[in-house]
Amino acid sequence: MTLALPRSDPDQSPLCIRGLTVSYGEQPVVFSVDMTVQDGAMTAIIGPNGAGKSTLLKAALNIVRPLSGRITVYGQPLAEQAQRIAYVPQRASVDWDFPTEVLDVVLMGLYRDLGLLGRVRGHHIRHAKDCLDRVGMEDFAARQIGQLSGGQQQRVFLARALAQRADLYLLDEPFAGVDAATERAIIDVLKSLRAEGKTVVAVHHDLSTVRAYFDNVFLINRRKMGEGPISTAFTPETVQATYGGRLADGQITQLTQDA
Amino acid sequence: MGAEFVMLSLAPLLIGIFAAVACALPGNFLLLRRQSLIGDAISHVVLPGIIVAFLLTGRIAAWPMMLGAAGAALVAVVLIETIRRLGRVDSGAAMGVIFTAMFAAGVLLLEQSDTASVHLDVEHALYGNLESLIWLDGMGWASLLDPVALRGLPPELPRMALTLGVVALCTWIFWRPLKMATFDEGFARTMGIPVQLLSLGLVITAAIAAVAAFDAVGSIIVIAMFICPPATARMMTNRLAAQIWWSVAFAVLSAILGYVLAGYGPLWFGGSNAVSAAGMIATVSGLMLSAAALIGPHRKG
Amino acid sequence: MLIDALFLQIGYNATLVTLGSATLGLAAGATGTFLFLRKRALVADAVSHATLPGLALAFMLMVAMGGDGRNLAGLMAGSALSAWAGLLCLSWLTRHTRLAEDAAIGAVLSVFFGFGIVLLTVVQTLSAGRQAGLESFLLGSTAGMLFSDALLIAAGGLCVLACALALRRPLLLVAFDPGYAQTQGINVQRMDLAIMTLVMAITVVGLKVVGLILIVALLIIPAATARFWSNRADRVVLLAGLFGGLSGYIGAAVSATAPGLPTGPIIVLVGFGFFVGSLLLSPGRGVLSSALRHRAYQRQVHLRQGLLALARQQPVYEAMTRRLLRRAGLVRADGVPTPEGHSRAAAALRDETRWQALRSSMHLSELSTRDDGLTLILDVLTQDQIAELDRRINASPRVV
Repeated sequence: MTLALPRSDPDQSPLCIRGLTVSYGEQPVVFSVDMTVQDGAMTAIIGPNGAGKSTLLKAALNIVRPLSGRITVYGQPLAEQAQRIAYVPQRASVDWDFPTEVLDVVLMGLYRDLGLLGRVRGHHIRHAKDCLDRVGMEDFAARQIGQLSGGQQQRVFLARALAQRADLYLLDEPFAGVDAATERAIIDVLKSLRAEGKTVVAVHHDLSTVRAYFDNVFLINRRKMGEGPISTAFTPETVQATYGGRLADGQITQLTQDA
Repeated sequence: MGAEFVMLSLAPLLIGIFAAVACALPGNFLLLRRQSLIGDAISHVVLPGIIVAFLLTGRIAAWPMMLGAAGAALVAVVLIETIRRLGRVDSGAAMGVIFTAMFAAGVLLLEQSDTASVHLDVEHALYGNLESLIWLDGMGWASLLDPVALRGLPPELPRMALTLGVVALCTWIFWRPLKMATFDEGFARTMGIPVQLLSLGLVITAAIAAVAAFDAVGSIIVIAMFICPPATARMMTNRLAAQIWWSVAFAVLSAILGYVLAGYGPLWFGGSNAVSAAGMIATVSGLMLSAAALIGPHRKG
Repeated sequence: MLIDALFLQIGYNATLVTLGSATLGLAAGATGTFLFLRKRALVADAVSHATLPGLALAFMLMVAMGGDGRNLAGLMAGSALSAWAGLLCLSWLTRHTRLAEDAAIGAVLSVFFGFGIVLLTVVQTLSAGRQAGLESFLLGSTAGMLFSDALLIAAGGLCVLACALALRRPLLLVAFDPGYAQTQGINVQRMDLAIMTLVMAITVVGLKVVGLILIVALLIIPAATARFWSNRADRVVLLAGLFGGLSGYIGAAVSATAPGLPTGPIIVLVGFGFFVGSLLLSPGRGVLSSALRHRAYQRQVHLRQGLLALARQQPVYEAMTRRLLRRAGLVRADGVPTPEGHSRAAAALRDETRWQALRSSMHLSELSTRDDGLTLILDVLTQDQIAELDRRINASPRVV
């Protein structure tokens, strides 16, 4: 049998999804989606609201159970490679009233090292503080999480993911509702991750920054609407097809062309 | 006061303290997970569990009854979750449906079975009988060192102490994953924490605490122990570990104050008979909660 | 015996209880629906447990004034007052502290109940020798119900029902979408208060029959049952009243047939029977039909994905897909498509291609929201529109 597969080899891909369908009730949110993430690149998952972007990510991580589909991570089943993935959930998905402090949240990223009863030692704390430093939050280590602004919360989440020392970073709307300084800080960190050879996949909602921030796009509107490098996959046609009549023509052309 | 205190009050006081702390520990996590009312549901289904255990074994014995009650708690939690998921009924209503139905079944079984001859009545199940757990062999503090006298301790005391030990141990061992799964379930899942198993474990731990405490303080007042000390503690601090310690302190304090007030309070007002100690413990824990709600440093979100 | 009971043929007192319970069930079911739809079912639990201190205090007060402590109207008034106090504490805790409503419910419920128990033990010592019988309010008791009691319960129930029906429009609006209700000039807080007041009234009325621990069941179970049978709020209210009334009627009749069948628990269990039946069998939201639908749906998805994989000559990864394809006679045991498999696969791919083409079509792209992966394009478009799509596909085969 011949295989009609996208460019990069799925056996090496940090995240390879085949035939993924997820439904809530009888309404498919993601239908028969294939995705092959390119190693060492930054990929944006874009699509209109309710197009299944976050669900795709959650199903890839087995946080929601898919109806069908197969997921491999670096060519292995997800369960065997889970320690290589760091996940940054949507900020709004947790209870920020939880009684804990910033450093504590970052230390949660070290759970795989610490286990149930392992002692938190000096080097763990130093590592967690380094991660806070990378996102520009070093002065907030002892702060109660409820007192942080939205952007600061997002940076703490990113620091927690950094603490995991993963190879694949999956971020769900990291730029939603954050200030410009935070957006700048986050994108710098993500680009530095790429420079270290890590792979970054982010659900993204702002078409105007796709070109500046990412190498690849994955367009989804319940189905896969396109995948590949910005230059070939992020075109007026694919964006029009993904967003349907929701964007005006001029807008699309402007967004997808070089600034 | 020594000898009389040891004989009449030491055992109930200790049982009250152990019960309060054993319930408060899992109560902290239930509170943060917005599942406080699981405690409500569990405590209502303890009654049918005990009755079924009695009907199966035909005798009033502690361990079968505890097993029966724990089993009923498990059945209730599974049923609640089932109708919540399958029937798309919201969790509050699901709880309300299940625990009232199971409680009603328990009352019916009780009325139908020949339990009139044995000491098993609904009122006792509802508010316990802490005062009756006296230590007849305790003739003074010296009895604490006397193995013969110690054997005469009410069996509820070692049972409650053991339960507290188990609950505290579980809290200590699973501290880290519990905290992570409570704060951010999705993330905890990606870290390989079996989130669903953990929350079932938490409920079972709570059920064990409730069942053991049930003997002493009755089923409804267990709810106060689940909710009030942790809720009071939450308004005192913004750190989880500190919250746990505060809740333990409040639990101990309300057990002591409640017991003393129930025993001696009426005397101060010229009455002659003591009032329900379990009820008073709940009342005191409620007063502490109100105080924290009015002046606690972290009472507002 | 049961037949006699159901036709009110076994005595004056039983008839009284049966009719009173039916009215109570009807009123509680309909009123509880508003609470249920507002997703605050367990507030009723706090309210009902909070009646206990009031009962005891009212008893003491009436005895102190030289009256009969067991006067039902007096006890009702006392329990209403303390339930009201509980409700105030509840709303104050949720509004002015960081505690969530569930914690506040549990705290109010247990503390008021605990305090009530303290007062009960006081009552027991005060009326030494004279059994106060307040314990019967915990689980309800219909033995020796007076005509005036039954009348009070029925009239109270009907009053609450009338109020609930009069307020049903704003109450449903608030339950459905409080934000929108606010913009429509409805005072959401006041409506919430109205629901709670009605719930409190039902609790107080029902104390004598089902007791304060189980009264919450009369408010929640009929509403949860009715929800399985209708998606329209006003029908749910009606059906809940019906289920509640039936549970009250049947339950009271059954309990009159033999000793050792306490009225309150039997009513609750009859209601629960209706609930379980509906949960399993209701055609729309029932477990059985949902499970069947889900299975059928999952098969459909797997078949479709399998067919598309065949058409694109990709491997079929999942065992379930392969099994379904084989069973439908679309592939042979060695995985090679049968002739029918070939044609069905080609048809699936054609459908898929047309959907893709539709998205880039200027005036048809709106319809792409209908694309859920399983809907055939033949069911959405006219022949002319399909022909137009095919022209586009042939013009630029690149789209696929």
